[in-house]
Amino acid sequence: MSKMEIRLAGTGGQGLITGTIILAEAGIFENKFVAQSQSYGPEARGGMCKGEVIISDERIGFTKVTKPTFVMALSQLSFEKYCFGLDEDCFVLVDETIDVPKEYDHKKFMKLPILATAREKVGKMQTVNIVSVGAINKILGLCSDESIKEAVLLHVPKGTEELNLKALYEGAALVK
Amino acid sequence: MGKVKLMQGNEACVEGALYAGCRFYAGYPITPSTEIAEGCAVRMPQVGGHFIQMEDEIASCAAAIGASAAGVKSMTATSGPGFSLKQENLGYACLTEVPFVLVDVQRAGPSTGLPTSPSQGDVMQAKWGTHGDHPIIAIAPSTVEECFRLCVRAFNLSEKYRTPVIFLMDEIVGHLREGIEIPEDGELPIVNRAIPADPASAGHAYATKEGQTVPVMAPFGMGQRYNITGLIHADDGFPTNSTDIADSQVKRLIRKIDDNLDDILSWEEKDLDDADVCVVCFGGTARSVYSAVETLRNEGVKVGVFRPITVWPFPAEEMRRIAGKVKKIIVAEHNDGQMLLEVQRVTGLYDKIGFVGKVNGTVITPEEIVKAVKEG
Repeated sequence: MSKMEIRLAGTGGQGLITGTIILAEAGIFENKFVAQSQSYGPEARGGMCKGEVIISDERIGFTKVTKPTFVMALSQLSFEKYCFGLDEDCFVLVDETIDVPKEYDHKKFMKLPILATAREKVGKMQTVNIVSVGAINKILGLCSDESIKEAVLLHVPKGTEELNLKALYEGAALVK
Repeated sequence: MGKVKLMQGNEACVEGALYAGCRFYAGYPITPSTEIAEGCAVRMPQVGGHFIQMEDEIASCAAAIGASAAGVKSMTATSGPGFSLKQENLGYACLTEVPFVLVDVQRAGPSTGLPTSPSQGDVMQAKWGTHGDHPIIAIAPSTVEECFRLCVRAFNLSEKYRTPVIFLMDEIVGHLREGIEIPEDGELPIVNRAIPADPASAGHAYATKEGQTVPVMAPFGMGQRYNITGLIHADDGFPTNSTDIADSQVKRLIRKIDDNLDDILSWEEKDLDDADVCVVCFGGTARSVYSAVETLRNEGVKVGVFRPITVWPFPAEEMRRIAGKVKKIIVAEHNDGQMLLEVQRVTGLYDKIGFVGKVNGTVITPEEIVKAVKEG
């Protein structure tokens, strides 16, 4: 049985919940069972925030991530909270701006310039979630390029399609 | 069956309501139910229905009741603090026998509590929140698919028995997104309230024949002359101080539900045939319990699940039957022990019943249930 438990953590306003919704949509396109949920505070933006999605070949009981197989952290706080004590098979992706202590020895670990790519290459900080989705789909091989494109287009505002597809492409291009 | 769609529990509730024929929504948005108001604001005009954001929860509950009195299937949705405010009009709908669906997406309380966190702390409020002896139906979905299908059932029961139905969701299912197959038109039965063939000559609206518990009355404005009041009323709807009428009216309201339990009650039993332990749960908590039971069964522990889907009326006889077969019952719920009270009451057992509860806004994990079952 294949079961992926994905957690995206960062700051409210980065769009990470939408990111997990898009990954869930990609799971649906691949005929998988999915469960997407989130936790956030009462603030509109700025608080700590995480989105979770489980993608599985089998019906999903408990809907929250318990044994992550993939974690992405886009803020220092979320790195400190979610990127320790993980199974060694869990893949950890963090933004290059995260201050990772020298003794951090998680094996499946990758640092990528996600925030900088959104800000500079795509030119819009709000696309950071889509840059992330592009990178994550490349790393995990969740679905085809066509399916992930379709999933993105279902969940971004009208008029931002081109920008977000560029973000998706730039995100994927970060992963060599 | 159609194609699988990714949908949130709150969105599925909206689609279920529309499928059931709901064409009026009045509400005042509140986390974690807001997506129901948002969804209705978009969808109602698309199907010829109406959405109105009222000045508060009291008014929105009143508006939904008013629309339904005029014959339009209606819904309002809220969460804990708003649920408290809607209680007065909920009782009004019980006594005036106006069908409507009141959705409560429970969040952690008391008061404004933890707005974005899960809870199931409104179980007893759903039953007793409005004053006086009254019947209530409350239905709790555990999956996004059930948010759709059981919402349809909530409307059907409401129409059939001319009573408000509480759709008792929680943050876990309300904010969960998963795949759902939307039923085709005609796949699920739709019940519409019985109305007289000729309203103008139908006689008194609240009159019931011998053996009948639900009045057959026309929507307001169709020609049948009657009054609507929250006071005890005679068959024409006008207030009365008659003690005989008060007695027969309140008892008839209660009998509407109590005499029809075979039709109303629903529950799920899972892995109970050979079970030594039965975990009782409802709503979003069931998701933690299913995972725990799978783990325990793989380890050879004989454990099963009893899940009341109608939380109210509570499936008491079924609970008693199961209690007589198992060695231990564990009630798991996101509160400090509300369904627990009902399980204790209907079984009369106390020593045999364990409890897993949470009031801190986090979700009960499967591990916590596994531990409780193992520790007996």
